[in-house]
Amino acid sequence: MDGVDQLIPVPDTDTQTYWEGCKRSELLIQRCLSCEKLYFYPRMLCPHCMGRKYEWVKVSGRGVVYSYTLIRRPPVSGLEVPYILAIVELEEGVRMMSNIIDCKEDEIDIGMKVEVIFQPVSDEIYLPKFRPVKG
Amino acid sequence: MKEQSIRAKTAIVGIGETAVGKLPGKTSMQLMAEASAQAIEDAGLKKDDVDGVLVSYSLAEPSFMYCSFFSEYMGIKPHFSAAVHLGGASMCSLVGHAAAAINAGICSTVLIARGDPQRTGFSRQGVVAMSTEVGHRQFEAPYAPLTAGIYAMVARRHMHEFGTTSEQLAEIAVTMRYHASMNDNAQMRDPITIDDVLNSKLVADPLHVLDCCLVSDGGGAIVVTSAERANDLRKPPVYILGFGEGHSHYHIIQAESLVTSGCKDAARRAFAMSGLTPADIDVAEIYDCFTTTVLVDLEDLGFCEKGEGGRFVQGGRITFGGELPVNTHGGLLSQAHIAGMLHIVEAARQLRGEAGRRQVHGAQTAVVTGNGGSLSAHAVLVLGTEGVL
Repeated sequence: MDGVDQLIPVPDTDTQTYWEGCKRSELLIQRCLSCEKLYFYPRMLCPHCMGRKYEWVKVSGRGVVYSYTLIRRPPVSGLEVPYILAIVELEEGVRMMSNIIDCKEDEIDIGMKVEVIFQPVSDEIYLPKFRPVKG
Repeated sequence: MKEQSIRAKTAIVGIGETAVGKLPGKTSMQLMAEASAQAIEDAGLKKDDVDGVLVSYSLAEPSFMYCSFFSEYMGIKPHFSAAVHLGGASMCSLVGHAAAAINAGICSTVLIARGDPQRTGFSRQGVVAMSTEVGHRQFEAPYAPLTAGIYAMVARRHMHEFGTTSEQLAEIAVTMRYHASMNDNAQMRDPITIDDVLNSKLVADPLHVLDCCLVSDGGGAIVVTSAERANDLRKPPVYILGFGEGHSHYHIIQAESLVTSGCKDAARRAFAMSGLTPADIDVAEIYDCFTTTVLVDLEDLGFCEKGEGGRFVQGGRITFGGELPVNTHGGLLSQAHIAGMLHIVEAARQLRGEAGRRQVHGAQTAVVTGNGGSLSAHAVLVLGTEGVL
């Protein structure tokens, strides 16, 4: 494995459901059945209350850019630069890291409304990325 | 909580620092041993006086039971031994561990060392492995974040919330370089201007190459012992007055805030223990992996209000003759990146009055910070001379 292939996620028993959702174009986030808070990334207990029962919630996939940068020196070969790295805050409140695609360098800004799009990087893995909401 | 418990019960009594920069062929063990031998001799001690050994880890030469290996290499048989993995917070954290262990009677004299050939000692495979290890393996790394990218997002958010500018960040880099120009053991000694920083290549907007720390081979070490014993040794004791840690998250997506860090909690604890306030501090050695980090730490330490960091670093306030000289040795940005070990060494030097051309006149108190990961792990030290006890 070289270049970007090294970055392809390998699901584990905490995250299998999440990645299966991505493959169906569904963004699934865990909700604690004890305190009812959402939490991300997926894990076997709630980081708010240590509750161990949860459900998977299909979220809207919409959010805003919380912060961003344009990476010009990528960590691996095979990436076109610059690319936009961002922390996206979902409407439901949790934050994710992602890349913003279909977005010009001078358009990206904090607070920009974005929506999820799933990009296949292997047969099994569809990586959630975000693009600006049009209009 | 007994926050006063270890105040001034221990002191830094020996310091050591190797050459820095490109040192091809030097191993992690050699670098740590060279700095450690200097520190033990500086204290006027013998290696067999050391009964505690604390280290961080080597990235270039990872090794199982690294601390045991190092003690063995030195010919020391301690009864207190540990390695911590707190990134850039490791070294300040270990000073706290040493002070606590000595105060608890577990050991009497602790050697703390750091040395790694990070500039020339990595295999190509190692470099690739390191760069893909940035961020959560499934939820961050796939987006190719880069460490600089994470700190760039911190900078961007700070700019968004408070109007901080690239010029203000650049002033931090310019000041560190000016300080390094007075340090014969610094990697980068040629003065730079704000324009030089702004015209240097962008790594991850808004951070330029000159906003980012160096990569270095080198080592540093200190010896910590009880205040009682410190009085009988060669050099003036540098007392550990306050210590605090704050660990808010590991992955940046889990950080509650990008502009306030665990440094705030660490600083609150360290200052409370010391009985001092930021206004009492003569010199600050602030972890500067990126210019951004200095800005956030200065605010979180309480030297200025949150959001005022950009204005605080302007106008010569953080250099000699200013309100708070910061990173008098040149820091990670211009002296060398030895994971913050040399920030502690420099603080001790300043408080002993041994900093030569870059001596802050009459320095009696110092604060040192360490920051590891993605603004994740924080440790803060407040140090002082006998004059402030």
